[in-house]
Amino acid sequence: MAGTKPPPSASPPVAPAAISVRVLFFASLADLMGERRRRLQLPADSTIADALRDMANDVPELAVRAPHVSFAVNEAFVSADAPLSDGDELALIPPVSGG
Amino acid sequence: MIVELTSDPIDVPRLIAHVNQPSNGGICTFLGVVRDNAEGRPVVKLGYEAYESMAVAQMRTIVEEAMQRWDLDAVALAHRTGELQIGEASVAIAVGAPHRAEAFEACRYIIDTLKTRVPIWKKEFFRDGAVWVEPVSSQPSAQ
Repeated sequence: MAGTKPPPSASPPVAPAAISVRVLFFASLADLMGERRRRLQLPADSTIADALRDMANDVPELAVRAPHVSFAVNEAFVSADAPLSDGDELALIPPVSGG
Repeated sequence: MIVELTSDPIDVPRLIAHVNQPSNGGICTFLGVVRDNAEGRPVVKLGYEAYESMAVAQMRTIVEEAMQRWDLDAVALAHRTGELQIGEASVAIAVGAPHRAEAFEACRYIIDTLKTRVPIWKKEFFRDGAVWVEPVSSQPSAQ
């Protein structure tokens, strides 16, 4: 029939879904990572814990510090099991000492 | 309301003037200042780093909480960033209230809460090195 969509097999293969997040490091974590920010590509449906595992491949010490790190996504505190979305800003927040 | 993060010296009289409103009978101020030692070890200077946009947002939230809880109409809060010398104010709070009890309580609430959840970090510089101060007891938690 004219106008029928081509069968799915005719479509180009769909790239695996992925997200890109901006990660911010502060204070001792900036020293540890040797940078203040990085862009991280992760599979869709990744959580903060997944992001940490990914970065700990480069810097294993990060996994040691993680239990004492808090997390913020787009400036709101969240727990490590929080999901990440494309374009999120993830901040790794060591124990604070303002005042 | 004044809420600010600044690399310049804090203008404390300006904060006090902001809360000195006709309906208020008391003003409570708190200054956090740079101490010359950390548990006896001589400190040369301090450095403060902030996650600036979130720090300001958290400071504003804390001030709003205090204003609502104690029914205040004027609060000012400022925090420094960058390098500070001994004796300089790192944080300043001014709370105006009709009566002193609310002013004292709100001021105490603001500094105590700031220390637990505003993303600002202090670095102590000694003659022979420097350390980030990161008390695990001040680890913010997701609500």
